[in-house]
Amino acid sequence: MRPDLRTEPDGATVRRRLARAFSPKLNRGQLLAGLLCAVLGFALVVQFRQTQDSSLENLRETDLVRILDDVSQRTSRLQDESDELRSTRDQLLTSSNQEQVARKAAQERVDVLGILAGTAPATGPGIQLVITDPDGELGAVTLLDAVQELRDAGAEAMQVGDVRVVASTSFVNDSGGVRVDGTLLRSPYVFQVIGDPKTLSPALGIPGGVLATVNQSQSGSATVTEMDQVVVDALRRVEQPQYARPAETPSATASP
Amino acid sequence: MIAVLGLGVGIVLGLLLQPTVPPELQPYLPIAVVAALDAVFGGLRAVLDGIFDDRVFVVSFLSNVVVAALIVYLGDQLGVGSQLSTGVVVVLGIRIFSNAAAIRRHIFRA
Repeated sequence: MRPDLRTEPDGATVRRRLARAFSPKLNRGQLLAGLLCAVLGFALVVQFRQTQDSSLENLRETDLVRILDDVSQRTSRLQDESDELRSTRDQLLTSSNQEQVARKAAQERVDVLGILAGTAPATGPGIQLVITDPDGELGAVTLLDAVQELRDAGAEAMQVGDVRVVASTSFVNDSGGVRVDGTLLRSPYVFQVIGDPKTLSPALGIPGGVLATVNQSQSGSATVTEMDQVVVDALRRVEQPQYARPAETPSATASP
Repeated sequence: MIAVLGLGVGIVLGLLLQPTVPPELQPYLPIAVVAALDAVFGGLRAVLDGIFDDRVFVVSFLSNVVVAALIVYLGDQLGVGSQLSTGVVVVLGIRIFSNAAAIRRHIFRA
């Protein structure tokens, strides 16, 4: 126990001392030391077992507080993370909703513009106008007049024969008929027009109008039939503009 | 001899009885065990030095255990229990090492 500064004993001395210490002598001191060693061995084993199945119940108060603190910090961190992820998810949902709305609006624009540009088939109430011109005395001018009258009366989509009539449609006289946008049509010329029938048919029938002009000619005749369901299914091929490019405008979300 | 026997008997008893440590003793038992180990190594060294004394051994053993437990208890009350028990373990560890070194010199002459 105490610092030992004496000279080292030789081996024989050490062995003799060991032998003396290990020789069983039953005196009070030896017994007491044995008892204490027994207590030590007992405590050692107990502590070993205790440590091996150590769980929360063996920890001291400060450690428990620290663990509790760790756990609650972890909980709040996970809670934060969960909140963040939840808000991200909400954002994504909202934006996908917005995207859906935008897509729907764009689709509607595409449909409307497709009808206007003649790239989409259209159906609805309207009229059928049939102009017969067996002798070819009416010509392109009459057809163009008819188209203009129909447009003035609010026609939304129309086709003549199997050619869709749009803003740029041309009517050219040709032998035996009229060339509409390059397609030769012959009498009778059948117009399918979508619009308000109650507006379209009187517009054609006004004095000096198309019907009057045609019916005044020698061989031509024109008839108008109001219909609940007119199908305009002739399509026009869209050509990419060579020079014009869409300009940046806030509302330019869709292009046909 | 009897001490070695006692150690064996204690270990066997601990294995057979499988007691659980009462909660109020749990912080002190490990420190007490280390302190007792220190006392045992000191006693072994005293045996080899030829100055072993039963009375000294018993008193040092008990006082080591009590003082170690007391220090840990005091540390717990002061709120520095874990640091203080670390300190106690370090000090006792150093003592055990130096005692073991002395024993080694006696037995192996090195």
